Amino acid sequence: MGNFFQTRVIVSIFSAGIRLATPYLLASIGEMLDQRSGVYNLGIEGIMLIGAFLSFYTSLKTGSLMLGILMAIIVGLLMGLLSAFINVTMKAEQGISGIGIYMFGFGLSGLLFRLTMGAIVTIDGFKSTPIPILSKMPYIGEIFFNQNWMVYLAFLLVPISYIVLFKTTFGLKIRSVGENPSAADSLGVSVEFVRYVCIIIGSVLAALAGAFLTIGQQKAIFVENISAGRGFIAIALVYFGRWQPTGVMIGSLLFSILDALQIRVQIANIGIPYEYAVMAPYIITIIVLVFVAQHRIGGPTALGKPFERCK
Amino acid sequence: MKIRKNAFFISIITNILIPLGAVFLALIVGSIFLITAHVNPLNAYYLMFAASFGSLYGITETLVKATPLIIVGAGVCVAFRSGMVNIGGEGQIIVGAILTTFVALKLPSLPKIISVMILLLVGFVGGGIYGLIPGVLKAYFNINEILTTVMLNSIATQVLYLLLRGPMMDPLEKAFGTGYPQSSIIPQSAWLTRFFQGKRLHTGIFIAIILAIAMYYLLWKTTIGYKMRAVGKNKNASRYGGINVERYMILSMLIAGGMAGIAGAVEVMGIHHRLLDGISAGYGFSGIVAALFGKLNPLGTIPASILFGSILFGADSLQRTVGIPAAMVYAIEGLVVVFAVSGEIISRKIASRNTEILTEDEK
Repeated sequence: MGNFFQTRVIVSIFSAGIRLATPYLLASIGEMLDQRSGVYNLGIEGIMLIGAFLSFYTSLKTGSLMLGILMAIIVGLLMGLLSAFINVTMKAEQGISGIGIYMFGFGLSGLLFRLTMGAIVTIDGFKSTPIPILSKMPYIGEIFFNQNWMVYLAFLLVPISYIVLFKTTFGLKIRSVGENPSAADSLGVSVEFVRYVCIIIGSVLAALAGAFLTIGQQKAIFVENISAGRGFIAIALVYFGRWQPTGVMIGSLLFSILDALQIRVQIANIGIPYEYAVMAPYIITIIVLVFVAQHRIGGPTALGKPFERCK
Repeated sequence: MKIRKNAFFISIITNILIPLGAVFLALIVGSIFLITAHVNPLNAYYLMFAASFGSLYGITETLVKATPLIIVGAGVCVAFRSGMVNIGGEGQIIVGAILTTFVALKLPSLPKIISVMILLLVGFVGGGIYGLIPGVLKAYFNINEILTTVMLNSIATQVLYLLLRGPMMDPLEKAFGTGYPQSSIIPQSAWLTRFFQGKRLHTGIFIAIILAIAMYYLLWKTTIGYKMRAVGKNKNASRYGGINVERYMILSMLIAGGMAGIAGAVEVMGIHHRLLDGISAGYGFSGIVAALFGKLNPLGTIPASILFGSILFGADSLQRTVGIPAAMVYAIEGLVVVFAVSGEIISRKIASRNTEILTEDEK
């Protein structure tokens, strides 16, 4: 307990916190795009799981981590296409279809894992690539600039998604389709097309978030249900961040630092049962949702409503 | 005359053909995975079917699996009809089972019928309170109930582990140092009677069917049920019509949670006779599938649950005989959900075409 607050420990907690923010950020930035276009994509947890397994398995078999990443992108594309077809073309009830996708992903990743590997295997995942000069700064360098490229990519997505959403024509289309699809439609915007693109991007990012959970770690490993609800937490983070890229980033950081602390507490073994540590993020998510709801800021107006053109 | 005939065909298509088509499509997609795993899908599906229906043991085990599905599914129907998506069955089952076991272990020796009644009520209260939380959060804070119920599922699982490794662990396990996470056995007066020697089928199946009928009655024959369905159809119109929308949203989650809690109680009293981890085995999710499949009608949930019970048992035996992981069931169930909700648009289209015919006839 005494050395718990040493600088070295604090630096390592924050460094881990930045790293652990990556899956939340990737998944929630993608989910934010989905919801901005008016579609809940509640299946991202399932997509994360399939992405996590197939990227790991591909890397294991081919020895190439980049092929694993490529596989995650393909998985994301295919699952995104499926989700978009169900939610946009078939106009399914989004809450339920999302749960279907989650169950499918949960089952399929478990099935494939048992069929192909069955036992837990570790491989070397992505190593950190320190950014020259910046990584030499005391403390700050270790925390922010000594991570692997997926971490940098995730944080880069924050300004990128901001620019796309608020400074480009396509971003304007996304927002209009989420707020008032009929008006957007009458102006010649293809509601279907915009929603397809958003769902597919969101799914690719979710699959990459899954890939990060396995091959994004120095010691890459796959276990069943490796995402452990992070996909659902990512959805909650979109609410927390009020559909804004910076808000989503703050939420992701809050959660990941909590995650890092939780792991630290488990290792330090200060007599708190492990179950409390596992429970904490879920309880905090609910509290956060209540807190956010108090401010009465709703999401995109057309969120969750399939678009039906008036005849 | 022509109209009635159309309506009959429509109900056949929407109630039977679309759900069966969804299962069929899911099995086809499932067979792709089986082929890639070098398993003959026709053989695997045949083995599954034969295991579930080919023997008395198979049939009884199918019904054993169907029992909690019927109870959870009938509750899910009430929630869905009131516009609430209850994904929290898993957590509600666990809380119901925890509370039931706790009370059963404290209960003095009473006649079986009385202790069973008390414990069913206890299960309802446990699950109901757990369903109440997302209900209240949705009604008064407008927090997406899908997110909260999923979170509450994970919390309940951890609470179960905490209790089983701590205060509720069987003293014998502690004494012998085996430390297996399970509670003591509940007294025999709280066990549900079994029908056959050596088979696990118990009177819970009757409890399940009675509860499903009760839920049907509640939804379609009472004022409360009418108001719930009105809220589910259109909140604003209901509010304008003087219905306290929040009250019925919360009530529907209380009932859905309570039903799942009863399912947990029945699992404890009928099958395991104690609390253990994995008490639910995914019944919370499968119950949703059964409810959707039964077209959100508690009575339709009964045959749907028997179908999914057979799939669950078939998958278990496939794992034992051919070595295909039972995780396959989740993948197939997920696909069934996806295809079933996607098929809704087809029935909607057919229905709208039919109303056009109707108006033409009226001309």
